[in-house]
Amino acid sequence: MSLSSIPSDWLFGLAGGLVIGLSAAILLLGNARILGASGILGSVVEGSEPDAATERLWFLGALIGAPAVAVLIFGAPSTNVSGDLPLLALAGVLVGVGTRLANGCTSGHGVCGMSRFSTRSIASTLVYLAVGFAVMFAARHVLGVL
Amino acid sequence: MRNLLSAVSGGLFGLGLLISGMTDTAKVQGWLDLFGDWDPTLAFVLGGAILPMLLAWRIAARRKVSVTGDAFPIMPQHVIDGRLLAGSALFGAGWALAGFCPGPALASITWGGLGGLTFLLAMIGGMIVSSLAGKRRLAAA
Repeated sequence: MSLSSIPSDWLFGLAGGLVIGLSAAILLLGNARILGASGILGSVVEGSEPDAATERLWFLGALIGAPAVAVLIFGAPSTNVSGDLPLLALAGVLVGVGTRLANGCTSGHGVCGMSRFSTRSIASTLVYLAVGFAVMFAARHVLGVL
Repeated sequence: MRNLLSAVSGGLFGLGLLISGMTDTAKVQGWLDLFGDWDPTLAFVLGGAILPMLLAWRIAARRKVSVTGDAFPIMPQHVIDGRLLAGSALFGAGWALAGFCPGPALASITWGGLGGLTFLLAMIGGMIVSSLAGKRRLAAA
């Protein structure tokens, strides 16, 4: 099996994944912080832990700024985001409330928590994956809204 | 130093999300569409991201403190409660409906158009509601 027979999306996925893991390792070993996108954004929005607000704003600024510069140079890929704004608003509220209740999302629980074998993170990841599969099935194949 | 390391980490995180294709909601929804035209890319992203972190946690266990001299975060209590499960379920539902989770929604905000902005603002609104509800619960207790 040669490299060229592997779909390029999978290779980009793996390469991008390694960069994501590296970014989380830098935040952990550098600042002793868990890289959780919902936690970092959520605590800035809530104003909790004001001492850490500045470094979190640096993180969020770079998270938005670095890909913004990359798409200026290489062009922006489509996000293929739905045009159904009420559906997106509902989805956004569900993600906002859910990730704060669960104390984490794909990055915090999925990457950082699972890699330290946290049972809470593994449970969370199994639940959001299972519900994600079920909701996708219902929305696309039963209700036909996606 | 803390701000610099945070910025380097945030920038790499954003670039990793872009390179991996996770800012494309169709790829995320393709992964969740097990019974349709299934797209396994997300498994490569998650696997790729976990590898450096497996190593990082091993290094953390040996070093005790970070570069900035702080103690590493302790393992959370192994309590799987209703709050964790309900929150994860709500998150999974929203993730499927939009194809966005918090990281990619932030990373793609400069080119995600009105749809991306709608999702992000609603997500921030949900976080505020969750925070206010939490404060009321604490006040009532």
